[in-house]
Amino acid sequence: MRITCPLCGARDRREFYYSGAAVALDRPAPEAGAEVWDDYLHNRDNPAGVTRDMWYHELGCGSWVVVTRNTVSHEVIGTALARDEKGRGA
Amino acid sequence: MTELTAKTPGAGIFPFEIGGITAREETPEAMTAIAPYKGREAEASAALEAAHGMALPAPGRSTGKAGARALWFGRDTALLIGPRVDASLGRHAALTDQSDAWIVVRLEGAGARDVLARLTPLDLREGVFKRGHTARSELAHMAGSITRVGPEAWQIMVFRSFARTLAHDLDSAMRGVAARAGA
Ligand SMILES: [Zn+2]
Repeated sequence: MRITCPLCGARDRREFYYSGAAVALDRPAPEAGAEVWDDYLHNRDNPAGVTRDMWYHELGCGSWVVVTRNTVSHEVIGTALARDEKGRGA
Repeated sequence: MTELTAKTPGAGIFPFEIGGITAREETPEAMTAIAPYKGREAEASAALEAAHGMALPAPGRSTGKAGARALWFGRDTALLIGPRVDASLGRHAALTDQSDAWIVVRLEGAGARDVLARLTPLDLREGVFKRGHTARSELAHMAGSITRVGPEAWQIMVFRSFARTLAHDLDSAMRGVAARAGA
């Protein structure tokens, strides 16, 4: 499996560390309340369809990469630097 | 008074030659990481050009030439190899001395690419990874830097403490390639 890092190009999966759903892009404000924080920390969707994950290009450039993929077709739809995606909604 | 002798990372380990391919340690006088401050890439590049005659490299590329080279070295970072960095760069970028942090090896000879192909998942094919291209990648399960510096010559780097591991894995890969070639 290969992942296209926006900086480095198509790279082998072993260069990356997988972190999970891209919720960290939308970290709640400190005063958002216990319910929101509980949701952020513990609850994850399990969508049949398009989802976004965070991968760290650990053995490459050191960027966090947001990978958009389809859990049904396994298609990787696109990748972007987390820096550019932050705040656009998970 | 005790006289201390400085040792290079590869002292007593490199060089060696197997099947016509050589692995030789390079010992640049200095290595400095250059990380431009936010929004100051152009100024940092101009300062590097003025002081050392090369621009900041784009991702996956290197600038300069043998003896004074700048490698793209990861996200928003370049590594100046050779000259001691000019203080003027410090106005536009964070400078970190890496001189004693890495072992630098030049792998050279017909089939050097086949040796590297056993150690890294990078696509090193002729038309893809050209002279002057560089990458941070996995090198024998270590975080490394790989730069093509000639038609059959590659500069490879890992952290200094891994010098012996690098030599061991190079040795295995070189023996494998030589055996395949019937050397
Ligand atoms: Zn990358």
